[in-house]
Amino acid sequence: MRAAAVAAVRRYRDAAMQKESLTPIRLVLALLVLGLLAFARPALALDPAVVHKLALGDTSDDKIAAINALVESGDEQAEPLLRALLAGNVQTSGDRVLIINGSTATDPVTGQKISPVPSDASDVVLNNYVRGVLDTAVSALRLVSHDRATRLKAARELADDPRTAALPVVDKALARETDPEIKRLLEIVSASVHLHVGSNAERLAAIRTLARSGSTKTETLLLPLVAKKADGSWAEPDPEIRAAAKASLASVDERLAWGDRVGLLFAGLSLGSILMIAALGLAITYGIMGVINMAHGELMMLGAYATYVVQNLFKAYAPGAFGWYLACAVPASFVVAGIVGMILERTVIRWLYGRPLETLLATWGISLILMQVVRSIFGAPNVQVVNPSWMSGGLQVMSNLVLPWSRIYIIAFAAAVVLGMWLLLARTRLGLFVRGVTQNRAMASCVGVPTARVDTLAFGLGCAIAGLAGCAVSQIGNVGPALGQSYIVDSFMVVVLGGVGQLAGTVYAGIGLGLVNKLLESWSGAVMAKIVVLVFIIVFIQKRPQGLFALKGRAVET
Amino acid sequence: MYGSRAWTAYGAFAVLLFVLVPLAALVTPSGSALHLSEYWVSLGGKIICYAILAVALDMVWGYTGMLSLGHALFFALGGYAMGMYLMREIGLDGVYHSFLPDFMVFLDWKAYPWYWSFTEHFWYCAALVVLVPGLLAYVFGWFAFRSRIKGVYFAIITQALTYAALLLFFRNDTGFGGNNGFTDFKRILGIPIATPQMRVVLFALSGAALLGTLLLGRWLVTSKFGRVLTAIRDAEQRVMFCGYNTEHYKLFVWTLSAVLCGIAGALYVPQVGIINPSEMSTANSIEVAIWVAVGGRGTLIGAALGALLVNGAKSYFTQEFPDYWLYFLGLLFVLVTLFLPQGVVGALRRLRRLRRPAPGGAGAGP
Repeated sequence: MRAAAVAAVRRYRDAAMQKESLTPIRLVLALLVLGLLAFARPALALDPAVVHKLALGDTSDDKIAAINALVESGDEQAEPLLRALLAGNVQTSGDRVLIINGSTATDPVTGQKISPVPSDASDVVLNNYVRGVLDTAVSALRLVSHDRATRLKAARELADDPRTAALPVVDKALARETDPEIKRLLEIVSASVHLHVGSNAERLAAIRTLARSGSTKTETLLLPLVAKKADGSWAEPDPEIRAAAKASLASVDERLAWGDRVGLLFAGLSLGSILMIAALGLAITYGIMGVINMAHGELMMLGAYATYVVQNLFKAYAPGAFGWYLACAVPASFVVAGIVGMILERTVIRWLYGRPLETLLATWGISLILMQVVRSIFGAPNVQVVNPSWMSGGLQVMSNLVLPWSRIYIIAFAAAVVLGMWLLLARTRLGLFVRGVTQNRAMASCVGVPTARVDTLAFGLGCAIAGLAGCAVSQIGNVGPALGQSYIVDSFMVVVLGGVGQLAGTVYAGIGLGLVNKLLESWSGAVMAKIVVLVFIIVFIQKRPQGLFALKGRAVET
Repeated sequence: MYGSRAWTAYGAFAVLLFVLVPLAALVTPSGSALHLSEYWVSLGGKIICYAILAVALDMVWGYTGMLSLGHALFFALGGYAMGMYLMREIGLDGVYHSFLPDFMVFLDWKAYPWYWSFTEHFWYCAALVVLVPGLLAYVFGWFAFRSRIKGVYFAIITQALTYAALLLFFRNDTGFGGNNGFTDFKRILGIPIATPQMRVVLFALSGAALLGTLLLGRWLVTSKFGRVLTAIRDAEQRVMFCGYNTEHYKLFVWTLSAVLCGIAGALYVPQVGIINPSEMSTANSIEVAIWVAVGGRGTLIGAALGALLVNGAKSYFTQEFPDYWLYFLGLLFVLVTLFLPQGVVGALRRLRRLRRPAPGGAGAGP
């Protein structure tokens, strides 16, 4: 009812306006305005005749012609006017066109401020058709704005819905555009319009451009060309265009499939690197020292909370350097977890060497205590760890594939930690001692290796790496007292699968498990994938109890 | 099997379970000082079920040397099997008044899935209570022992199994109520479940099961079979070289232990009125180990005692100082492994030996 009433009022007003605009006085006034225009400032280059036609035009066609003229002119001043018109802020007073802004008004032609608004000002009323054209025009005008962000945004919007594009504007903008990203978007827009208009050659070129673009929208644009109508005839009569569209569709499909595949691989690699770095510390404490450290996950949690504290310190005392807080958080988490680990070794683990099941229980107890300590200090709810700005966002590799920077950095970080670990164990004196004590404790002791100190340092190192892992996962997941619990089973699986006493095993097993997990996830869902992986590991261990990379030996029992 | 003093203690415990508690709970008026409220009966029944679980783990860990971190899984499986029957007994009294359990109505299922068939029969479910944990343990054990997985590896693998099952039961589509599990039980064998009489009956049944488990365990570990188990714990290679097939021994005691866990779980569920996947969490499984360690590994009565002590402490702490419970439990884990490797019972024995040196002399062995 109400909509009908409003429409009726609008019709009446339209008619009234048309009648009014015919009076000769108005024509004279218009000429006067034209005369004034000669003295207007050059920046305000709006053609008064066009403006007049826009606001006071007789028919919808007049208005549309005026809109198009404004757009074609590509004038900077046209946008505020059209925007105001769209928002219902343009009024006419006599022959003057005014942009109303609260209690003041501006003349779009002269830029002159008029206050107060003349009392006889009346709204310019648009019908829906004109409104639609106006909508397009506003977005088209933004395409030629000087501001890159505005242009990019406008181009993105058009690319999302290219049907609304005004081709001449797009082509004009395309000719002027220098930014490659916007240019690419505009090419897609232009091609999607050209799909249906123009000569055959133009249409074929458009189809090829779309195929090259790799945009996810391409498929929806091209599909109608190869569809059949309800009566069985082709929607597109030209067989050449149909064939080209079909070929383009196939190539787009393939490219999208590649995007998915690469994305899956990346997700697997990312998960794998996290598993690897989480398990790496465990590989030292369990693999090399034979200690089952159930508190490993809680040491990761300590690392994450150390990151949280450093972040808060930066926020409070050095907000300007906030982007660099990770540079402090990484060593902090390393040191905190390492010191806690060394204290644990000195007070608890030391007395339990050679009794792995007992260390399992004792370290589980320690994990409960650590969890409760953190809960008492920081509270039970998760805390907020914010990525530095250079870690947010992602790398757009393909139209349907964005690789988050945080994940890329974590993969690089994990690789760096593994490399550091390997160098430490293979190239330093401490590494030599650790390997010596691992292989033959008594003999190492005989040749003067301080085995007790080496044990402490090695255990501390394993825990410190857990801290690093915690720092890494704090950037992509929740940080809460239960953080460690979710990693402990997984990291043990990695160590067990990789084989004890081998860094290489941990690396391969971590990455392999990550990949397998994500591949399974893509067809069976996350939970089932995890269950399948666990069952797979259980079965695998039956076949190869020593893991993938077993140290070869002749001992009957190890 | 037992000395005369132990038999006396055993009998006294039986009198406590079957005479004193029912009298205190049902006959004495509720105002009286001797009255036992329903809360205590339920708590006692719950702890007794835990004690069965602990004794079952002790057979595997304390006597055979295989630490399982998956016993909570067998316990929960028994509980779920019983829970299925209890869900069927709700009948049309659920929130949605459907013949299906509420969670299935919620998932918009139209019929029971195949593995729910026959669960309306008590005896079928009772068989499941024994068969499901037993079969799973048998298959898992057969593979594990055949490839000689032992020690820490065995612990981690059982933990992985439990974790996988936990994830599976958390899924709504698995058909076991997902996150919420089974609850809101109304009756068992047609008798309302929440009456004091029913509680006492369940309590007494649990007590009987505990006594039976202790007797069976005692008979087992004092037999020749039990000697072999202990020998496997201490030197498996040597036992193998003596010509024993240790696989069979381990598989038998492992499966038996799982079955006992299943029974304990089945008795536990009607008393606490809920079973959900958190019952088989990693933390729960490891907690069972600490009960056994506190009481004393390799002594069946110690395991039961440990379950009583730790769970008693847990009830007390979580009510009085909820923030300190994890500190206490954590410290218990650390201190018991460091200073009480033989548990409370082992410590008492050593004390007695110190005070009254045995004629044999130096026998302060483990």
